[in-house]
Amino acid sequence: MINKRMPNAAEAVADIPDGASIMVGGFGEAGSPIELLHALIDQGAEDLTIISNNCGSGEVGLAALLKARRVTKVICSFPKTANSTVFPELYREGFTQLELVPQGTLAERIRAGGAGVKAFYTPTAVGTPLAEDKESRDFDGRTYLLEHGLTADFALIKGLHADEHGNVIYNKTARNFAPVMAMAAHTSIVQTAKVSAPGELDPEVVVTPGIFIDRVVEVPHPAHESELIAAGVSYP
Amino acid sequence: MSTSVPVQGWGREAMARRLAQDIPDGSYINLGIGIPELVARFVPDGRTFIYHTENGLLGMGPSPAEGQEDPELINAGKRHVTANPGAAYFHHADSFAMIRGGHLDLSILGAMQISQSGDLANWSTGQPGAIPAVGGAMDLVAGVKKVFVLTQHTTKTGEPKLVESCTYPLTGQGVVDRIYTDLAVIDITPAGFQAIEIAPDVPFEHVQAMTNAKLTPPSASLSE
Repeated sequence: MINKRMPNAAEAVADIPDGASIMVGGFGEAGSPIELLHALIDQGAEDLTIISNNCGSGEVGLAALLKARRVTKVICSFPKTANSTVFPELYREGFTQLELVPQGTLAERIRAGGAGVKAFYTPTAVGTPLAEDKESRDFDGRTYLLEHGLTADFALIKGLHADEHGNVIYNKTARNFAPVMAMAAHTSIVQTAKVSAPGELDPEVVVTPGIFIDRVVEVPHPAHESELIAAGVSYP
Repeated sequence: MSTSVPVQGWGREAMARRLAQDIPDGSYINLGIGIPELVARFVPDGRTFIYHTENGLLGMGPSPAEGQEDPELINAGKRHVTANPGAAYFHHADSFAMIRGGHLDLSILGAMQISQSGDLANWSTGQPGAIPAVGGAMDLVAGVKKVFVLTQHTTKTGEPKLVESCTYPLTGQGVVDRIYTDLAVIDITPAGFQAIEIAPDVPFEHVQAMTNAKLTPPSASLSE
C-alpha cells in the first residue's frame, strides 16, 4: 500500500547527508518550506548545495540554514534580499559560492532535469556576462546558449494540500518552483497544511502528480518568513 | 538659452500615462519593478490589459486593502497583490515559457543604460564586491515581443542613461524597441536614437544635451 506520509518534518529530512544537493522551493517568502528548512538545520547536514531562486531573508528558513554555515554553494537567480545580510556576508567571505542563473533559465534547467532532457538551447543571456564560457549555436539566424538540465538529491517544497499518494495542490503564487523541483529531485519532500487519504483531491485539479513526490509531511499552520521576522525570530 | 532655468519634463505619473496610451487593447504585459508598475494606473478608457508577473500569475490586480494581504499572493517585486477575475496561477517553467516563447506582447522595464543599438543594462553596475543578482530580466528581454523602457533620462547624479554603448554589464543585446523618459519618447532605429515626441516645454537641444549619443529630432524622421 502506498502511503508517503511522514510523521513529522524531522523524520522527513533525517537521511539528508553532508554534501547533498537540495532544491528549495519558494519565490521570496511565498512557498518557502520553513518547517522543513528548520528541521534540516536541527538535523545538522553541512556542505550542502542549495538550488533556489532566492537566499531567504532575515535569519529564518533558508537564510538561517545559510547562517548556520551549512551551505557551501548556491545556484540562484536573485540572492539579494532587502532585509538579509546573511548571504552577502558568506559570499564576500568566500564560504558560500554562487552560480548565478537567469530566473527563466533556472526554471527550465530544473524542468529539463526532471524531464530527462540533458541540455537545451535558450536565447536568454546571449551577449551578457552570463554567456561567458557557454557553448552557443545559431538557429534561423539567432544565437542561443547551451544550458544543462539540473537535478538534485532532494527537493524541499511547500504545498497547500496533498494526499498520501503524493498528489499536491498549491496556494496562489506559492506554487512557483515547486512543481518542477518535485520532478527534478531524486527524493522530493513536500510539506502541506493538510494531508488526506487518496480520493479527496479531485484528479482534475492535481498540479503535481504523486509520482514526483516521495514524502509528505502535514504542517497545519506553516510559518511565513515575514511574520517570523516581524516577531523577532532568529532560528534556531 | 540660460542654463539656470530648470527644464521640467514629464513627472513619473505622466511618463507612465504617456506609455499606457501606446499599448493596444487586449495586450498581455509584464511590468517591471519601480516606475513601470505605475502604468497599471493609467489604462486608457475602453482598453483591457492583462498583467503577467513572472513568479506565476496572469491577471494580476492592484494592491490589496490593508489587512487583506496574503503572503502567498505577491508579485515579482515581492509586494502583495491581488488576482483579477479571470486570473490564472502557474509554475515557473510555464511562466517563463510565456516569456521566452514569445507569448507576452510587451515587457516594460527600468534601465541603468540603453545603447543606441538597443542594448540594455539594468541588473548590475559591475562594481567589484557587489552581490550579483539577475532575476528574470534577461529572459524578459530575450523573449517578449516588444520591450519598452520606462526611465528617467539621466541618473540621480545627472549622468545620461542613453549612450552610444553601455559600460555596465548587459541584460540583452539589441533588445529595446522604445524608450519613455521624463524628457522624450525615443525609438531605437537602425540609425540610432530617433525621438518621436518631446515633453511639452522641453527644448530638443536639452534632450540632446542629456543624451550621450546622437539623437535625431522628431521632425527629421528617417522616412523623410
